[in-house]
Amino acid sequence: MTLNDSFQTALTGLQANKSRSALTILGIVIGVAAIIMVMSVGQGAENLILGQIQGLGSRTIIIEPGREQTGPSAFTSILSDSLKERDVEALRKKSNVPDLVDLTPVVLVPGSVQYLGETTGATTIGASDIVADILEIYPAEGFFFSQDDINAQASVAVIGSKIKDELFGLSEAIGEKIRIKNRNFRIVGVLPAKGQVTLFNVDEIVVIPYTTAQKYLLGQDHYNTIIARVSSEGAIPSAVRDIELTLRASHNIDDPDKDDFHVTTQADAAERVQMITGILSLLLVSVAAISLVVGGIGIMNIMLVSVSERTREIGLRKAIGATEKDIMTQFLLEAVMLTSLGGIVGIILGAAFSYLASLVLSRIVALGWTFTFPISAAAIGLGVAGIVGLVFGLYPAREASKKSPMEALRYE
Amino acid sequence: MAIIEAKDLEKTYYNDSVATPVLRDVSFTINEGEFVAIMGPSGSGKSTLLHILGFLDRHTAGEYRFDGKTIDDYSKEEIARVRNKKMGFVFQAFNLLPRTSVLENVKLPLLYSGVKKSLRDELALKAIESVGLSHRVHHESSQLSGGEKQRVAIARALVNEPNVIFADEPTGNLDSKSGQMIMEFIQKLNEEEGHTIILITHETYTAEHAQRIIHILDGKIDSNKKVDHRHNARDHFKK
Repeated sequence: MTLNDSFQTALTGLQANKSRSALTILGIVIGVAAIIMVMSVGQGAENLILGQIQGLGSRTIIIEPGREQTGPSAFTSILSDSLKERDVEALRKKSNVPDLVDLTPVVLVPGSVQYLGETTGATTIGASDIVADILEIYPAEGFFFSQDDINAQASVAVIGSKIKDELFGLSEAIGEKIRIKNRNFRIVGVLPAKGQVTLFNVDEIVVIPYTTAQKYLLGQDHYNTIIARVSSEGAIPSAVRDIELTLRASHNIDDPDKDDFHVTTQADAAERVQMITGILSLLLVSVAAISLVVGGIGIMNIMLVSVSERTREIGLRKAIGATEKDIMTQFLLEAVMLTSLGGIVGIILGAAFSYLASLVLSRIVALGWTFTFPISAAAIGLGVAGIVGLVFGLYPAREASKKSPMEALRYE
Repeated sequence: MAIIEAKDLEKTYYNDSVATPVLRDVSFTINEGEFVAIMGPSGSGKSTLLHILGFLDRHTAGEYRFDGKTIDDYSKEEIARVRNKKMGFVFQAFNLLPRTSVLENVKLPLLYSGVKKSLRDELALKAIESVGLSHRVHHESSQLSGGEKQRVAIARALVNEPNVIFADEPTGNLDSKSGQMIMEFIQKLNEEEGHTIILITHETYTAEHAQRIIHILDGKIDSNKKVDHRHNARDHFKK
């Protein structure tokens, strides 16, 4: 019997029991659809985060205090005070890090901002005007504060568009004074609406000179982060090495294992994100895979029922010349075709639901969430469905092939 | 030339160490082109004998040769092949595939014999024509009358041009008129096409359509005699 004939025979067998076949594959459909959804949404999330990291620019290097974090915790870096002004000065020296173009220290100021008794949540950061170049956001109204303001520890602020809307509505914000931690800051610039850029939602940001933040708001002389920019992407490895050497010299550290700072490039961050989303996806896919096993057991059950129902058919086929292999192939193919069909339906449903999810997510998080449909997910879905059919169809198919033609014909 | 040679055939079923002998000392030969009826009351062992003759079951002692060879000369695959190419089966319960057309049912043996796809329809249609069902080719088996079903089964048994056709109570589920018609086809196959026919029945009248009757009683051959006054199925209709 040719494979083509076996396919035909199996197909006819399935068509004879359409509604049962449809119900049987439901478990596989759900399992595969779940896998597709997890992979698609996971890929979407990864793309989103990677997009944000890449928004930082491929020439950007982030220096943070404390030992390198292996987990997502950032507490120690907030608590660590190893990055200070002398480090910034050392890094700025051309002889130390030749590839460095510019850098800005960043300090984080917790709390809200007020205007005339109105309060709104904001991310207040202290930085230099360089941060505008690094994030590539320039004020839509007014100007960024200058190096002079930084030197003078001036109480000036650049605010995000959402802060402006919430505190001022349609009226003019430039020149008005907002209150941060009992200190008045004069607004000199308003940023355009741009949403999430890398680490910050630019719309909800308030940028003040880092010197002012350190002296009047935080009372600290260290920085939470230093963001540096180098001349080209190719210069990143050498710049990272130079930065590490400079900071070790500045901190009198001989042993790299005892570094009290760590340097992260965009590639490092991307790698970390990919690892985390990869682990998460794997975890969720394994959960979804359980439903495939359950679906597979359902297939096996129904195939066993089918084999016993069709004892006469099997007997007849054997009597007129079917070999055990022919019968085995027929029933195995039926199982594989069932689960593969379930796989295909599951892929279509999974893609449809992922698309809906991407629509909902882009509404809810108001981010540039894009629908992605990984071809690998479809291939895995279909492959796994087929394998489930093969594995769980094997036992019923064997049972069928072992039936004696005489017993099978006698069966009433 | 003998196509079927049975010598001291025995078949004993073992069930929980209780031995139940079904056939004992069965010896006979059937030549190519013969039409032989194996007759006996139910429980006499005639169906068991048919299963052994058709390589559907194995005997426990003695020797059985089909076309000069015993079942042990063949592998499982070869046995399937012999059944497919050299034997045709007609059963009491027709055993057509449900929800399947007459054509597909008749084509079934061709599927397993490796006949080219383009040839299958032609061969099947020829077999269907020979049982006079050309007008029913695309009907589903469930839409046919009992007599028509059995004619489809005969067409299916014929399609690979086997040496021997085994018919197990082919008229058992039919009314007398349809049964008569089936017997007519079977006689025609023997006389005009030269097929060897082995007919199993418990009815004397049906058995007397054959050239020879082997009587089985309690697992033993009771008699093995030529039929003196053969019934001719066609004459029956003329009456």
